[in-house]
Amino acid sequence: MRQSNKIKHRNSDIGELFERATSGERRAVGRLLSIVEGGGAPADQVARLGHPLVGRAHVIGITGPPGAGKSTLVGKLVSEAEKAGKRPAVLAVDPSSPLTGGAILGDRVRIDANNVNTFIRSVATRGHSGGLALSVPGSVRVFDASGFDPVIVETVGVGQVEVDVTATADTTVVVANPGTGDAVQANKAGLLEVADIFVVNKSDHSGANDVRRDLEIMLDLSHATGAEDVAGGRAPIVMTNSLDGDGIAELWTTITEHYEHLVESDRLVGRRSHRLKTEVRSRLLTGLEGMADHLLAQRFEALRRASDESTAPSELSEQLLVELFAGPNVDD
Amino acid sequence: MSEAASSVETESSSDAPLRIVLAKIGFDGHDRGLRVVARILRDAGCEVIYLGLRQTNEDIVSVAEQEDADCIGLSMHNAGHMTLAPKMVEALRAAELDIPVVVGGIIPESDIEPLKKAGVAAILGPGASAEEVGRTVRDVVNARA
Ligand SMILES: Nc1nc2c(ncn2[C@@H]2O[C@H](COP(=O)(O)OP(=O)(O)OP(=O)(O)O)[C@@H](O)[C@H]2O)c(=O)[nH]1
Ligand SMILES: [Mg+2]
Repeated sequence: MRQSNKIKHRNSDIGELFERATSGERRAVGRLLSIVEGGGAPADQVARLGHPLVGRAHVIGITGPPGAGKSTLVGKLVSEAEKAGKRPAVLAVDPSSPLTGGAILGDRVRIDANNVNTFIRSVATRGHSGGLALSVPGSVRVFDASGFDPVIVETVGVGQVEVDVTATADTTVVVANPGTGDAVQANKAGLLEVADIFVVNKSDHSGANDVRRDLEIMLDLSHATGAEDVAGGRAPIVMTNSLDGDGIAELWTTITEHYEHLVESDRLVGRRSHRLKTEVRSRLLTGLEGMADHLLAQRFEALRRASDESTAPSELSEQLLVELFAGPNVDD
Repeated sequence: MSEAASSVETESSSDAPLRIVLAKIGFDGHDRGLRVVARILRDAGCEVIYLGLRQTNEDIVSVAEQEDADCIGLSMHNAGHMTLAPKMVEALRAAELDIPVVVGGIIPESDIEPLKKAGVAAILGPGASAEEVGRTVRDVVNARA
């Protein structure tokens, strides 16, 4: 279905693509990202080649409710980054249709970057957001290894995986706005705990100050309960208007200061190792899921026949777990 | 490790969705038609990178690189297709990008052959079904592979 030259990647091709990508060829970067999204052994090869080269990029996660203005905001942020002489990359994640697997990826047109140095890649969740847990870190790695900095990841803050992949950024920005996503909703979605910085976007709308006040109250609360110390300090709140750019310079400064603080306080190391652990965990879970499906397909019916009506599901799964970890010579 | 562990699938999926950059070049009016096409393509299982109106050839070439596009869809609901579509094909060739261009819109019968001669891979009329759109796009992409 897909161009065959895109799916058959010999390891040597991938090595060559990497050389071209790291020497600044955008087309090669685009191709590597497709390999990562395709998953499997070729994606693992990209990860192996990329891993030794990473660690230079400041990874920024932007999340928040649908329509909060994330993409418009990202567009303004990359302009600030370019003004500061940087070479930004954006990974914009949109959901796929669960019915057809297709997707309309519309973030790019909102980001509307007249920024020639910025690389923007639109990503679909491809039906299962579990895939995102593997592909997003992989794509960030390609950008980082190719010399892009900062790397900005935009996700809609609704699914757990979407929130998780943004939360493993160096700096996580949660966007709230009047109307759609009030602070209470953000709280429910688990967005408040992951925020290093809050943005109240659409500051031109009436009600923006109310959102700010609600956020302040919640932050006061986590100050009182000690949750703030766990998170590493009180998250600042920045008001922005992403249409006319009001507050954007302040937000950019706040984001870069957060990163500098991470570097100076040595907390960056902890963050990065947490990110690594999260990715390894996702890979483990994916591997285990594959093993579970395989085992079920092979053994479930036989196991049922061998057991009687009264055998509970917990006992069946227990037995399968034993088989799974007992090694290849288990008697059938 | 058990047998199950050793045979876990590691192949890359060959049925990855087609990625299509969808745009309207030139200065004509609204993007209602384009939005309809975007939905048809999504329903046909494609990932549509939606660019909207007033795109230049240079924009589209650059986006096609970044998005690793399989195909470029141009919506044309005004005259101009006879110059704009061949110029898009030319821009891709100049950039050495081997990506098929599909034109959708109200194209007079007599323009179809000249457009194909100019390198447009396929033309879709306004009444094309999701199946037809999906099949056409797959065919032109496979023809390049
Ligand atoms: N008034 C006002 N409108 C804004 C502002 N920022 C964004 N918008 C508008 O809000 C709408 C949604 O903006 P997007 O940037 O697409 O929002 P998003 O959060 O990326 O949306 P999804 O990716 O679909 O979740 C658009 O119509 C924007 O023009 C703002 O600061 N003020
Ligand atoms: Mg968006």
